[in-house]
Amino acid sequence: MLSPVILVPAILNGLLTGAVYALVALGLTLIYGVLHIINFAHGALLTVAMFAAFFAYKLLGLDPYLAAIGLTPLFFCLGYALQRFVIGPAAHGEDRNILLITLGLAVVIENALLYAFRADTRTVNLPYGFSVIEVGPAFLSVPRVIGFCVVIAVALALFLLMRFTDTGKAIRAVAREKLGAELSGIDVAHIYAVTFGLGTACLAIAACLLLPTYYVNPHAGNAFVLIAFTIVVLGGMGSVAGALVGGLIIGVVESLSGLYLGESLGQIGIFVIFILVLLFRPTGLFGERA
Amino acid sequence: MKRTGTILAVVALLACVPLVTSSNVVLNFLVVVLLIALVGQGWNVLGGYGGQYSFGHAAFFGTAAYTTGILQLHYGVNAWAGLIIGIAAGAAVGAITGALSFRSGLRGSYFALVTLAFAEVLRIIASVTPITGAGVGTLIKLDLRPEAFQFQSRAPFYWIILGFVAVSLLIAQRLEASRFGAYLVAVRENEDAAKAAGIDVFRVKLGAMTLSAAITAAGGCFYAQYFLFLDAGIAYGPWISVEALLAPVIGGIGTVFGPLLGALVVKLLGEATKLVTGDVPGLDLVIYGCVLILVVAFAPRGIAGLMKRHA
Repeated sequence: MLSPVILVPAILNGLLTGAVYALVALGLTLIYGVLHIINFAHGALLTVAMFAAFFAYKLLGLDPYLAAIGLTPLFFCLGYALQRFVIGPAAHGEDRNILLITLGLAVVIENALLYAFRADTRTVNLPYGFSVIEVGPAFLSVPRVIGFCVVIAVALALFLLMRFTDTGKAIRAVAREKLGAELSGIDVAHIYAVTFGLGTACLAIAACLLLPTYYVNPHAGNAFVLIAFTIVVLGGMGSVAGALVGGLIIGVVESLSGLYLGESLGQIGIFVIFILVLLFRPTGLFGERA
Repeated sequence: MKRTGTILAVVALLACVPLVTSSNVVLNFLVVVLLIALVGQGWNVLGGYGGQYSFGHAAFFGTAAYTTGILQLHYGVNAWAGLIIGIAAGAAVGAITGALSFRSGLRGSYFALVTLAFAEVLRIIASVTPITGAGVGTLIKLDLRPEAFQFQSRAPFYWIILGFVAVSLLIAQRLEASRFGAYLVAVRENEDAAKAAGIDVFRVKLGAMTLSAAITAAGGCFYAQYFLFLDAGIAYGPWISVEALLAPVIGGIGTVFGPLLGALVVKLLGEATKLVTGDVPGLDLVIYGCVLILVVAFAPRGIAGLMKRHA
């Protein structure tokens, strides 16, 4: 069982899956890092993005990778509006209320999709959907390799945005010291909404990367959301680098525990890591504070 | 003591319903309302009075339901004994998860996350282990005798769940009047200040969580007896965690009658939706979610708070 012929492909595939997990987690950790809330609607928003990419392909014939160019700004606006006009005003500044509102949003979105599209599972057939490239002993799916590269590029772009633009500086300022940022003239409500928009935009990209090899149904996003929570907690809440590394680690763990324990018990490996990290190191690998 | 009188009057009034109607539709509806009120009161003890929002009360509900179901099915244990053991098992799960998470100082979002994760782990385990029937589910044998906690008609079930709810209302009322309850509210309002004032925050939260789990667990046992069927998605499914918090939040968080009021409103809304649109999956939950958001946005003290304001 430990022969490299099995192990190496499992690890490489785990890394590829982990990259997409990392992108979903990136959105979550960004929102947590600035707003200090966990967005329980994250999975539902991912499902919305997957449906959007699916229909862009079915109705408009847009390749998912092309659709990403249009969907990313669209989902940025959606996220911005959600935070600015729904979550922010409804929460009255109480963290507990935000928990309930994002949970409520998740319930509404998921079931509205269920109502509109039923529980049917949809897939797309792309000419390159099943093509593979050979790397050493492993056969890697081309769409997932592309996904991996895109995720690295997005993470890099986010890093540059946070480091070198005025918006990025404002986001970091709000994350570090909300009151101080407000006093120096930063519009905190606007920055909150921008951050939420960026987090949601990450989901649009993730959805487009997933579509060629994954299925869409009203619960599809749920499969990712607890994994994303785990990654965020493992990597340290609010840490972008942590989300990236955490995502890759979780991808490999899932792949290996799936290999040794079987599909359904493989998931438990992730939850066990999740609970252990939460209990014994809530700051995560890269986190600064609890 | 005026409050105790109100509780007894409400319960007595509700107890007359089966004498007025024997309609299975009405009784079935009210049984479900009371079940959600009970489970919600469990959540309310921890979330409403203690401010610790759990997203995983399914862990206690499911553990209790499976405990009594499996004991009856595989070990021939009497259902009433199963009820007691089930409640104890649910409370134990509450105490263990509570001890672990409060010991690590988990609060707010972190606490919500870890409770959710515990419920999910239990759901996955229950969906693969043979003793729960894995994919097939657990079917409790039909045995329509009062000794087996099963009845020919709905009325006895209705009175039993009403009795459970009455006890949970009295517990919440006693909690409000007790020193322990005051500690709990102090922890909710400001945990650090409570600690500074000499309250053993860990013990207070742990006690509240165990009590909360036990109340919700009673609901789980009742569910098993009433429906006689369990699978992992029912017992440990997210639906019960959501309904457990929906009822008190909508009815009035941290109030004695909030969960009962909320459960009634939520279920009435659900039935009304079904009447208008027919039985389409998802739509009732869309309404629940919208109501949840609207209540948090415009009536943070729930329906009870609205009534107080206009009284």
